[in-house]
Amino acid sequence: MSKKFLLILSMVVIGSMLFAACAPTEEPPAEEPPAEEEAVYVCQITDTGGIDDKSFNQTAWKGVLDAEEELGIRSNYLESQEVADYEKNLNAFAEEECDLIITVGFLIGDATKAAAEANPDTYYSIVDYAYEETIPNLVGQVFETDEAAFLAGYAAAAVTQTGKVGTFGGLPIPTVTIFMDGFAKGVAKYNEVKGTNVEVLGWDLDNPDAGLFSMDFDDQQKGRELAVSLMDEGADIIMPVAGPVGLGAAAAIQERGNAYVIGVDSDWFLTSPEYADIILTSVMKLMDATTFQVIENVINDSFEPGVIVGTLENEGVALAPFHDNSDLISDEIQAELDQLKADIIAGTIVLD
Amino acid sequence: MDKKQEKQKDAGKVLIEELNQDEKESATHKRSFWNVITIPLLAILSGLIIGAFLIAATSTSVYTAFGQSFGKGITTAFSEIGSAYAALFTGSIGDPVRIFNALFSGDKEQIYKAINPFLESLVQATPYIFAGLAVALGFRAGLFNIGVEGQLFIGAACATFVGYAVKGLPVYIHMPLAFIAGGLGGALWGFIPGFLKATTGGHEVINTIMMNYIAFRLTEWLLSGPMTRPGSGGMPISPIIEESAQIPQFFPSPIRFHLGFFFALGFAWLIWWLLFKTKWGLNMRTVGTNPRAAKYAGLSVPKTTMIGMAISGALAGLAGAIQILAVNRSMALGLSSGYGFDSIALALIGNNHPVGVVLASILFGTLRNGATRMMVVSRIPIDIVDVLQAIILMLVAAPAIIRTIYRLKEPKEEETTVFVSGWGGGQ
Repeated sequence: MSKKFLLILSMVVIGSMLFAACAPTEEPPAEEPPAEEEAVYVCQITDTGGIDDKSFNQTAWKGVLDAEEELGIRSNYLESQEVADYEKNLNAFAEEECDLIITVGFLIGDATKAAAEANPDTYYSIVDYAYEETIPNLVGQVFETDEAAFLAGYAAAAVTQTGKVGTFGGLPIPTVTIFMDGFAKGVAKYNEVKGTNVEVLGWDLDNPDAGLFSMDFDDQQKGRELAVSLMDEGADIIMPVAGPVGLGAAAAIQERGNAYVIGVDSDWFLTSPEYADIILTSVMKLMDATTFQVIENVINDSFEPGVIVGTLENEGVALAPFHDNSDLISDEIQAELDQLKADIIAGTIVLD
Repeated sequence: MDKKQEKQKDAGKVLIEELNQDEKESATHKRSFWNVITIPLLAILSGLIIGAFLIAATSTSVYTAFGQSFGKGITTAFSEIGSAYAALFTGSIGDPVRIFNALFSGDKEQIYKAINPFLESLVQATPYIFAGLAVALGFRAGLFNIGVEGQLFIGAACATFVGYAVKGLPVYIHMPLAFIAGGLGGALWGFIPGFLKATTGGHEVINTIMMNYIAFRLTEWLLSGPMTRPGSGGMPISPIIEESAQIPQFFPSPIRFHLGFFFALGFAWLIWWLLFKTKWGLNMRTVGTNPRAAKYAGLSVPKTTMIGMAISGALAGLAGAIQILAVNRSMALGLSSGYGFDSIALALIGNNHPVGVVLASILFGTLRNGATRMMVVSRIPIDIVDVLQAIILMLVAAPAIIRTIYRLKEPKEEETTVFVSGWGGGQ
């Protein structure tokens, strides 16, 4: 018994020595060929949602991949499982000597700022967050999502049969409620133009405290429950602003089959094709566009600290095409949407 | 009356003698150190071997190499596995070459950086130790505490609150105060299901799980309401704690190694001492092994249940407090990557013994820390490490598999697993 154990123990020791011995010889081929050595190295750190969250992290990562294809950068990413990982991952990438480190989400804001201050030679960019002060090597990416949500609200008001549309958010935080604001204003605009009386359930511009929230960004079951209760109250178009929770809403809507969902963040028609038949459109927050922009700036040595704002004008936000449901939108409504978009870009419609 | 009492005492004496004899007997059995850790060690080895197959099987370059030729595929597979595990090793323990060079150069900063991977592993292990102790202590008392995650959140919230709301205290008062607040919060959260079990018989498994949900929603509400950071617009994040409440880190950033690790070791020793060197611990273990016998021995099962759950909860609360005070410095919802649930497995690997828990925690911390480097170098998703952990756990939990693979002889006496009685305990 003990003999056998000693044998096994020696195997373990030899094995670990082999691994350690492998380290120096194995590493050179694992590294990039020298030709690419000079390429800008862009590294992304996700929040706890992970790289394939069909939301912020994934969209920002798409921007990095686009840049890899078009601008010839090198890229890498690390996923965070909890708050304590942010600092650890930032340190790991600082050690890797990345040229630009992209972080995602407001929760990673403190850690990103600290890392940017500790490593002044590395550029940092944070998605969906802006700092009060300007740090010379840090740029925040923020989005005027209400501009695109406004168009979605207008379209929803035009399509609804019941005269009621609904929305709910993940948490009552500005990056969420800005969608709901824009949506409600778009519906109000339609009512004003057409003299209709389409109601918005789940969000009241005059009384934000009464908004409907899942208080969660993960649990699809909650999205299902909220969608069912909104449909029970008569809404036939629902915009869930709660990340993956919204997919639960989409599932509930598909089961009933007499309502539509408006996606958020990315074009759900493309990211969740299983719901293609009930996706009216999506309010897109194109973090890939702004991320790409930041990477391009770093390559061109034209990095500007502060904030980069995604708008309809620079296509940092956009309304997705209507895809399979485009027959619901008459040419007249489409023309009005185009006009509204032009007005927002021109500044004749002000949303704040 | 007197006679009855005497009889009870007798029963108690007999039982205690019996228990002691049990221990003596197992001591004569010579359950040597090696004997105890053979299974976990072999499980880790087997886990790594299975993990190697997974790494090769999920790598696209291996498939392309196999497309070219079989030999090339094999070499590519081996180099992939080699570089992945090399990264796991250098990321969690350190690069031997680098450490040697740094020591040789004598540059302080270089030395710090070279040994940082190992220190970071200990940082990662710290909350595991507290959470693992919480579960292990519960098991010893015959209680299945599934509520560690919730107790951790409440503990973190209490520590955070004391950390930022109390101002103007010196470090040596403020920091312990915040730390203790975390423990008290967790203790309260553990005590409630303990109380319910002791008084009404409500099963702690159900109640601790339900308390988890309450804890999650409560902290969510606290963080986006009363405890939210001013100017964050209601985002669920707390203010940053005062400097005087922070548990000090030993080295300049980016090295995060902090005093809390030694707190964890201290608590492991304390729990060991309580469980195995005090009468109180003996009572608790007696209740844990056989509540009915304990009752006839004159021990108060309800009291032990309540105290056991409260202490278990306190340890869980400390796990949350340590993360806030030493690492995160403010509280957000993504506080835990599932420490409360991993800790159940940790307690199991560690045989519900504090020393075992510490070792298992360091293993988990090492694996998770090395995973970062593995992701950076080999682009292996962190999920592989989760799978690796799961395989190791399954093999530890099912020792028969390991015995079969490595043709080990079965020990004569199966050790009774204490936690089983938790399911039917308290009747």
